[in-house]
Amino acid sequence: MSGPIHIQPGETFILNVGPQHPATHGVLRVKMEMDGEYIVKAETVLGYIHRMHELMGENRTYPQVLPNLSRLDYLGALGYTHGHVLAVERASGIEVPERAEYIRVITVELNRVASHLFWFGAFVMDLGGFTPLMYAIEDREYILDMLEAVTGSRLTYCYYRFGGLYNDIDDEFIDRARAFIPRMRKSLKKYDALVTGNIIFRKRLEGIGPISAEMCRKYGATGPVARGSGINFDVRKNEPYSVYPEFDFDVPVYDECDSLARYYVRMEEMEQSLRIIEQGLDKLPEGPIMPKKKPKLIKPPVGDYYQAVETARGSFGIRIVSDGTKNAYRFKLRSPTYSNMSLFDEACEGMMIMDALALMGSLDLVIPEIDR
Amino acid sequence: MSLTILNAVIAVVIAIAFAALNAAYLVWAERRGAGRIQRRPGPNVNGPLGLLQPPADGLKLMTKQLIIPGGADKALFMVAPVLAMAPAIMSFVTIPFSENIVARSMNIGVLMIFAFASLGAMSILLAGWGSRNKYGVMAAVRAVSQNISYEIPMLITVITIVMMTGTMDLKELVAGQSGGIWNWNLVPSLSSPLMPVAFLIFFICTLAETNRAPFDLGEAESELVAGFHTEYGSMGFGLFFMGEYANIVIGASLITILFLGGWGCPLGLFPGVWWFLLKIYLLIFSFIWIRWTFPRTTIYGLLNLSWKILIPISLFNLLFTAGLLKVF
Repeated sequence: MSGPIHIQPGETFILNVGPQHPATHGVLRVKMEMDGEYIVKAETVLGYIHRMHELMGENRTYPQVLPNLSRLDYLGALGYTHGHVLAVERASGIEVPERAEYIRVITVELNRVASHLFWFGAFVMDLGGFTPLMYAIEDREYILDMLEAVTGSRLTYCYYRFGGLYNDIDDEFIDRARAFIPRMRKSLKKYDALVTGNIIFRKRLEGIGPISAEMCRKYGATGPVARGSGINFDVRKNEPYSVYPEFDFDVPVYDECDSLARYYVRMEEMEQSLRIIEQGLDKLPEGPIMPKKKPKLIKPPVGDYYQAVETARGSFGIRIVSDGTKNAYRFKLRSPTYSNMSLFDEACEGMMIMDALALMGSLDLVIPEIDR
Repeated sequence: MSLTILNAVIAVVIAIAFAALNAAYLVWAERRGAGRIQRRPGPNVNGPLGLLQPPADGLKLMTKQLIIPGGADKALFMVAPVLAMAPAIMSFVTIPFSENIVARSMNIGVLMIFAFASLGAMSILLAGWGSRNKYGVMAAVRAVSQNISYEIPMLITVITIVMMTGTMDLKELVAGQSGGIWNWNLVPSLSSPLMPVAFLIFFICTLAETNRAPFDLGEAESELVAGFHTEYGSMGFGLFFMGEYANIVIGASLITILFLGGWGCPLGLFPGVWWFLLKIYLLIFSFIWIRWTFPRTTIYGLLNLSWKILIPISLFNLLFTAGLLKVF
């Protein structure tokens, strides 16, 4: 609840939320000037786990930097590697077999569901309800097991290759994915019954933490945050890449601008991802997963390349400036959480601390991705 | 003379043992219950069903070093955990578990329990203030405003019952409800049609008074780290923990005595201490169930609930019941 603030000079105090704090889900620090329970001013301090992924991208060859991309966002890692392989493929003109592209879409969407599931649990935990996290993790485990069987890792995947995939999916994966869809739909209904209708939950989110569309544009917020503020933007629809144009899915948009709208957007996105996976499994073409002709050494021609993908957190952009050598001249990552986070300072002014932290939870922060 | 003193000492020792044992094993019950609700096993390694977990935890807490943060008010810091546990144990002294099992029967038992219960807020305030931690102070301010707001509807409800029954003696309160479920205070009668509402108010207030979820704002871990006991380790933390569970037992006992007929059987047969224990553990189970189901309220939502809903309703109940008592 944002209320009028009557500050007496010298009556405020500084509260350091973080770098180690349960609500920030990582090493994020927010310096808050507080007037009792009200936030007068907030200042986000970043950089506690800055690892210079961009510089590494310039000092390593293109394939070498591929594993780095999955270290950005440990919850939806496939989306980020997808962006990188698409950018390099576009730069060096590598053709991707259709089957590989379909499998990429299926796995990326599975990863998106896993990421949203974990967000759902962590968000309700931010609000003080611990139980939904356990339910969400149970479903997420199913996805992780599935992805582990085909990619070889559970969290930081390095599954995509320039031109295709590291490993083809087998019948077992397809069976498990098919079994997963009805199971997840049932779970979504269960979550709805358990959480969405709860009066305490609704009271804590309805009308709380408003982020206007102007504010989203000002800070470059994308993904579910922007879509919860009435901005109909999804890279998969607006700047189609991969084989997404062949799929039939909706982009959920809510105009309420509050934390509840962002919750609804993510919950509906899971359903839409399930639709994409379902169609992908039905349409999955036969064929190779790597192209016949592929350059041994990836050396994109001189130029400036950009590729945006829609990850679980928003629009992830990757810009590669190539000087024709095996290393990139400039390697720039536009991470969605960084932009989503930067509006927090302005949005939480005048709010009470518990509402501000609920707002922070609704932004779906993954700190390594902010700090890169 | 010496026999009286001996009796008193034995009674107090039994009260402390009961409180401590309950506190220890309710932690176990809570964790097992949470495990059931969250589809995971909970503590199951130490001993059968994890029953040796509480002694292990106790041993760990007792052997740890008590760290006093620099700049903390040492006296207040040390006193606060004691103040959390002592009133809880004192309250056990007057609670009648059955007709004969009561440490010290008093004709103002209700008053005494509430007097000690309001000391609990003091311990939270001192802990938050004394530990010189911003989260602690914020939590202390929250918890105190919460405890004050919820004591009012609670006491108004108690006044309603005392007015109806005409006694503050816990034993007499139970005796007045003997003979089956239809005699319990919970069940509405001609002169007190609003008793279920009063029960509900009292139940909610008990949750809030014991700082239980969804009203656990004093230790809201997602915003205030650990609230008022952020700086406490070892047995200081242990005492807060035990005090919380002892308070839960007292809250459940009070609900049982005031509304659910104490040690009486629902059918009026074989009254005894087992009925009392059954009722309080069922209530405690419902507390655990609520805690692991609901998210936390906000501080203003909490205060609004008390001042705008519970207090007016309980006041109306008081006046309405007083009017009916005058008529009948």
